[in-house]
Amino acid sequence: MSEYLISARGLTKKFGDFTAVNSIDFDVSKGESFGLLGPNGAGKSTVMRMIGATSQRNAGDLTILGKDPELNGPQIRAHLGVVPQQDSLDMHLSVSENLYIYGRYFGLPRKFVKGKIEELLTFAQLEEKRDAKVEALSGGMKRRLTIARALVSEPEILMLDEPTTGLDPQARHILWDRLFRLKEQGVTLVITTHFMDEAEQLCDRLIVMDKGSIMAEGSPASLIKDYSTKEVLEVRFGSDRNQEVADKLRAMCERIEELPDRVLMYTEDGEALLEKIYASGLHPKTSLVRRSSLEDVFLRLTGRTLIE
Amino acid sequence: MSIPTVRQGSLQLIDAAKTRSRGALYVSEARIRTMVKWLGIIFAIAIANPVLYLISVGIGLGGLIDKSVGPAGVDGVKYLTFLAPALLAQAAIQGTMDETVFPTIEGFKWNRTFYSMNSTPLSGAQISIGVFLAALFRAFYTVLLYFGVMWAFGALESPHAWLAIPTSIFAGASFGALMQAVAAKLENENYFFVVLGRFIMMPLFLFSGTFFPLTSMPFFLQWIGWISPLWHATELGRYLTYGHAISPTLMWVHFAVLVTMLVSGLILSARMFTKRLAK
Repeated sequence: MSEYLISARGLTKKFGDFTAVNSIDFDVSKGESFGLLGPNGAGKSTVMRMIGATSQRNAGDLTILGKDPELNGPQIRAHLGVVPQQDSLDMHLSVSENLYIYGRYFGLPRKFVKGKIEELLTFAQLEEKRDAKVEALSGGMKRRLTIARALVSEPEILMLDEPTTGLDPQARHILWDRLFRLKEQGVTLVITTHFMDEAEQLCDRLIVMDKGSIMAEGSPASLIKDYSTKEVLEVRFGSDRNQEVADKLRAMCERIEELPDRVLMYTEDGEALLEKIYASGLHPKTSLVRRSSLEDVFLRLTGRTLIE
Repeated sequence: MSIPTVRQGSLQLIDAAKTRSRGALYVSEARIRTMVKWLGIIFAIAIANPVLYLISVGIGLGGLIDKSVGPAGVDGVKYLTFLAPALLAQAAIQGTMDETVFPTIEGFKWNRTFYSMNSTPLSGAQISIGVFLAALFRAFYTVLLYFGVMWAFGALESPHAWLAIPTSIFAGASFGALMQAVAAKLENENYFFVVLGRFIMMPLFLFSGTFFPLTSMPFFLQWIGWISPLWHATELGRYLTYGHAISPTLMWVHFAVLVTMLVSGLILSARMFTKRLAK
């Protein structure tokens, strides 16, 4: 077995004429938290389904836990925990029954699964809801149940496809906390997201994908360092004037991005830049100095914002 | 609060051979757990249907028919006795279909539960077979209740009558397997339900020799019976419940048609499941 749990070389997936994933290479080591970042339609979910050993590649090599998913699908899936984009829970059954039947799908003994359910209900903070029908749960609870379900077989790799999309901020933070604990316990995580803050919180290393290809790879910090500046100054002059002042602003810093509602200015020192702007006689309606984020990396790499 | 540890241990825990051999049964177990939640409704349908049909058509209309045909009877027996095996087979077909078509559409589309099943070691074929086997459980339950009602109405004349239970379930299985394959291919179920109810189930129910011998139909309509699992099962049921005459050749034909439907339905369904899940 190679040193990597997952290894892809020239991985390609086509749907008819459309190339969803275009010859990508990546490796995931044991205990690593690996992210796939990109806008909707970038090919993240397709990659996940190939790693999940349910969708077959059209070209390239893919090895998961030392095996080829095309030949050993069920054997590989036995050691994966999958949290799909849509919860796909059994709506007719209760919370604990959902965990139970899922454990059975792995061929786990009834007794083991029953013990495991208690552990997972605590982990997902759903002890009080054990007998509730899934239909009656909130979005955040359903998501936590889906994650708990994926852990019933104590998987080697936990795969999460947009784990917090559609959740409110509080529910997201609870979920991040749970995922962070798993990471601390050494569970290998593979996460797709289009939220930059999520990727920064949870991923040790990530690939930025767009249109089926990898645009960049590295840790969140190194990506920011390589593709952006330390700070970003966001200024608003009003949507009709942003364009007009853009040329003047461009001369004042390393790089700017003109968005419809604001101008982003990339610099090592945001406050100093803002003073420079005032000194030049320009008066932005609002201004904000912040740290550079992965959003800026993505903007730099693709010229587009992640969530439009 | 103590924080439970979520260990990583699947490499020690999981016995892949076990899922390989029993995977379909795990799926059935989950399906039956769901069905049990509706057991009251399933029970009500299973009892109300035969009672209503046997009273209205069997006794009501039957009384009229028995009077006009005299002691010769319909196929030599009371109309109620003639009708009952057809209704038994119909109940099995309807019950199996409900438990193959709806869960299949739900699993692929409404809840996507098949996709989460498929992310475990379970294969598409195992999911397909598991759903099918669970449907037979429903068919068995329904047919048993139906049979009890038939007995209470005095519609069973032969000591071999109970054999109509397996033949009815057999017909349900054959049709259910085929419909499961169709449901697995569906993209737009709304249109399908309209077609299924009005143009498939209704004609099959009416033109399969259910209410009168198939031979009383004009020749150009009799083909419906020949392709209908209901007619084949009804003929077998009539033979078993009151000794309706069937030539040995025809007996084999009835079985052969049902077996062909069953086997092709199961193979097609397993293929459709595998294909759709891999998309």
